[in-house]
Amino acid sequence: MNSRFDVDALLNTLAEQLRPLVDPAATAMIGIFTGGVWVARALHHRLGLVLPLGELDISFYRDDFSRIGLHPEVRASRLPFDVEDRDILLVDDVLYTGRTVRAALNEIFDYGRPRRIRLVVLVDRCSRELPIAADFSALQLRLDSHHEIKLNGPEPLRLEVQARESGS
Amino acid sequence: MTGLRFGDGNPQYDRQGRLRHLLSIEGLREIDLLQILDTAESFLGIAQRAIKKTPTLRGRTLVNLFFENSTRTRSTFELAAKRLSADVLNIAASQSSATKGESLLDTVDNLMAMQVDGFIVRHPEAGAAHLLARHLGDRALVVNAGDGQHAHPTQALLDVFTIRRLAGPVEQQVVCILGDLLHSRVARALIHALSILGCPEIRVLGPRTLVPPEFASLGVQVHHDPRDALPGASVVYALRLQRERMESHRLPSLDEFHRRFGLTPERLALAAPGALVLHPGPINRGVEIGSAVVDGPQSVILAQVEHGLAVRMAVLSLLAGVGGHED
Amino acid sequence: MKTESRLIRGARLLDPCTGLDAVTDLAIDRGRILAVGELPAGFTPTEVIDGQGCCLCPGFIETSFQGHTPGSGRDGSLASELRAAAAGGFTSVLLRPDTSPVADTPGVIREQQAEAAAAGLIRVLPCGALTPGLRGRELSEMAALLEAGAVAFGQAQRSIEDTQLLRLALSYAADFDRTVLLHPEDARLAADGVMDEGPLSLRLGLGGRPRLAEDIGLYRDLQVARLARARVHFPTLSSAAAAEQIDAAQAAGQAVTAGVSIHHLLLTSQDIGTFNTHVKILPPLRDARQQEALRQALARGTLSVLSAQHEPWGPDHRGSTMTAAPFGIAAIEYLLPLALNLVRAGLLSMLQLVQRLTTGPAAALGLPLPSLAPGSVADLCLFDPEQPWEASANGWSVGDNHPYRHWELRGAVRLTLRDGRIVHRREP
Repeated sequence: MNSRFDVDALLNTLAEQLRPLVDPAATAMIGIFTGGVWVARALHHRLGLVLPLGELDISFYRDDFSRIGLHPEVRASRLPFDVEDRDILLVDDVLYTGRTVRAALNEIFDYGRPRRIRLVVLVDRCSRELPIAADFSALQLRLDSHHEIKLNGPEPLRLEVQARESGS
Repeated sequence: MTGLRFGDGNPQYDRQGRLRHLLSIEGLREIDLLQILDTAESFLGIAQRAIKKTPTLRGRTLVNLFFENSTRTRSTFELAAKRLSADVLNIAASQSSATKGESLLDTVDNLMAMQVDGFIVRHPEAGAAHLLARHLGDRALVVNAGDGQHAHPTQALLDVFTIRRLAGPVEQQVVCILGDLLHSRVARALIHALSILGCPEIRVLGPRTLVPPEFASLGVQVHHDPRDALPGASVVYALRLQRERMESHRLPSLDEFHRRFGLTPERLALAAPGALVLHPGPINRGVEIGSAVVDGPQSVILAQVEHGLAVRMAVLSLLAGVGGHED
Repeated sequence: MKTESRLIRGARLLDPCTGLDAVTDLAIDRGRILAVGELPAGFTPTEVIDGQGCCLCPGFIETSFQGHTPGSGRDGSLASELRAAAAGGFTSVLLRPDTSPVADTPGVIREQQAEAAAAGLIRVLPCGALTPGLRGRELSEMAALLEAGAVAFGQAQRSIEDTQLLRLALSYAADFDRTVLLHPEDARLAADGVMDEGPLSLRLGLGGRPRLAEDIGLYRDLQVARLARARVHFPTLSSAAAAEQIDAAQAAGQAVTAGVSIHHLLLTSQDIGTFNTHVKILPPLRDARQQEALRQALARGTLSVLSAQHEPWGPDHRGSTMTAAPFGIAAIEYLLPLALNLVRAGLLSMLQLVQRLTTGPAAALGLPLPSLAPGSVADLCLFDPEQPWEASANGWSVGDNHPYRHWELRGAVRLTLRDGRIVHRREP
């Protein structure tokens, strides 16, 4: 399964799309835990961004908190730059319903008011439930709801499609 | 036999073994204690943001039910709940129905009729939070914010959080707790938290009237002389001494207590170099601790307050996140 | 009184007075025992009861019974609590004087007797307060209390702090040759403790009542009683050292008796667990070592009375904290199956158990010893020692304050008879 996708090539594709549109000295990048941070790290390096990478754990912002509670492992969000008036690339591994991105946007705005946020994802599942679209994606993949696509990592990064466990 | 085990006798956990209430550190599983501390690390950063709030508990209503005055604990819980976007109702029971003779459970039932989601309760009698948790089951969460001389779990959590963050792994600390151990829910809770986290040496220090030898049954070393208790200590925890203790003849005077046990720079010098000094507040300067130590470089008393907020946010979000309150 | 006559067939008769322990028949006529074994010719009972598999013995006598009469009624009254006692196989109960108001005037004693007569169940034995209000400051009008019907004097659960007053009260009471029931405790040392002082009280942050308070209080009370030549009874002791003191005093010939509650023999302070108010009792439950010593002292007879120590508290006390909850357990209707555990554990013979519940308390209170011998008053208890059951959510007592809710009970009272009349009947 994992041999189907060449993650490195996908990352290169994304980096090439982004390169003409970023200012390495001023653009900031934020990855969403966990997979998004891995993708962001790779892109951050490829694009040679100067500002340190931001990391976001959206556990406290999820809209399904009251149903499923906190993830057993919550990490600290860390945005080591001033968000105010910043041009930001928000990075996640997979865009599915759009709910994670919504939570991430809410959280970023609690740090300050950025000038622009663009969404970068490795995989776009093309089945969003909210009016949230990726500005950049390396792979568009239509899967039925019985399957999920998961980025495993951090070293090496592997993209895998699996049948969803029943009942979840 | 003890009824304090995990399971039936421990009303903190539901039948699935999930933490539903925080009543005491005793009986808490290490994994739950660690999860609270780790979650608190995440909340610590939130206070540095422009908007110091997360939507975690949006739409939830929590009640600060205080049958005892406490500005500090009540306000940190209130702030913690508000930073999680919960609505908070503050009830100071000294001005409310409690003085009109209404029972604790009747007060709570009335509030439950207004669909609240949880209670943060402080009460002068040991076991009040347990009583509430047994009564409410999984209808609402209960956080014990201090019950008589029994327990004060969030204080202990913020204390070990502070030790872990500023002194290093709890497994490597020698902790000396000094003052009125007998009447202290803070001390009891802290001893349990340190034990669960594997602290290799806990010493307690004070006169026999306030630190009876029976404390050894909690697995601590009992000392009555600072010269025995302080050497090698990497954390020194001074407890608040209450004036009532003199009226009950447990001490001849506050001055004499300071003479024998007060944490002065000279006494602190007996402890390990750079030992941290903690205090739960409010401080009696010149009684259990001297001003030079309170304001000195080894004091982390204000960091404790900051940590208290993060720890309480962690506790509230973890308990509120256990399903069942909604549908 | 109706002239009822009954024949109880084939029960195991247990008479602690004569030592009889045999399966035979017993006939009752005109409120008294007519015959045992051989029945008089021409005896035609109005009822024949099949006693096979059951034990028949004199009705039990309780030395510590809170009837809440007079009282507010919230926590029960003689009407409800005597019904519970009858269901437990008891035919006489000594009323504790710490009622509201205290039983320190003839009026209260008469009220108690009138209430009991109206209930028409079992006998009440009023106990006058040794000191007005149980305050331990002056002497009660003991002659007046006796005239009104008191059979003993007592202090319920209050010790007299003033030793001189204790001496005078015991001396004055000794004139009447009645038993004085004392609560042996050094009040200052016991302070406001709500449970045994020890590792658990330390952990729960609850005020402790040290065992030493009982040991010291008992020493003083015993010495003063000896000086005053008073006959004293300590209804419920809780420590090994206390039992040893009773041993020594009895060996020295002092007129002293003592008892223990079933709760102190089956429970320990550990049963408080996380603030179980239903095991809050005075004296407090102690550790397992004290429990074992008390069991042994009951077995060898140093402690000659087994008590239900009945203290009911009604539903208004539910939901109290450990500090606010009143002391006491209400389980008189479950006493027999609980006590049979002691027989099953090999601690006591069946006859010894009956002795601790009948002649033991009668002797302690200076009452005539109950017996099954012909001519004796037919105050009887017929019980099935094997019948399994469970304490129901609603017992006879108004008090629901007992920790035995989910216990497996084995042994049930089938019949309680007072003056040959059935005051409690349980269908098998």
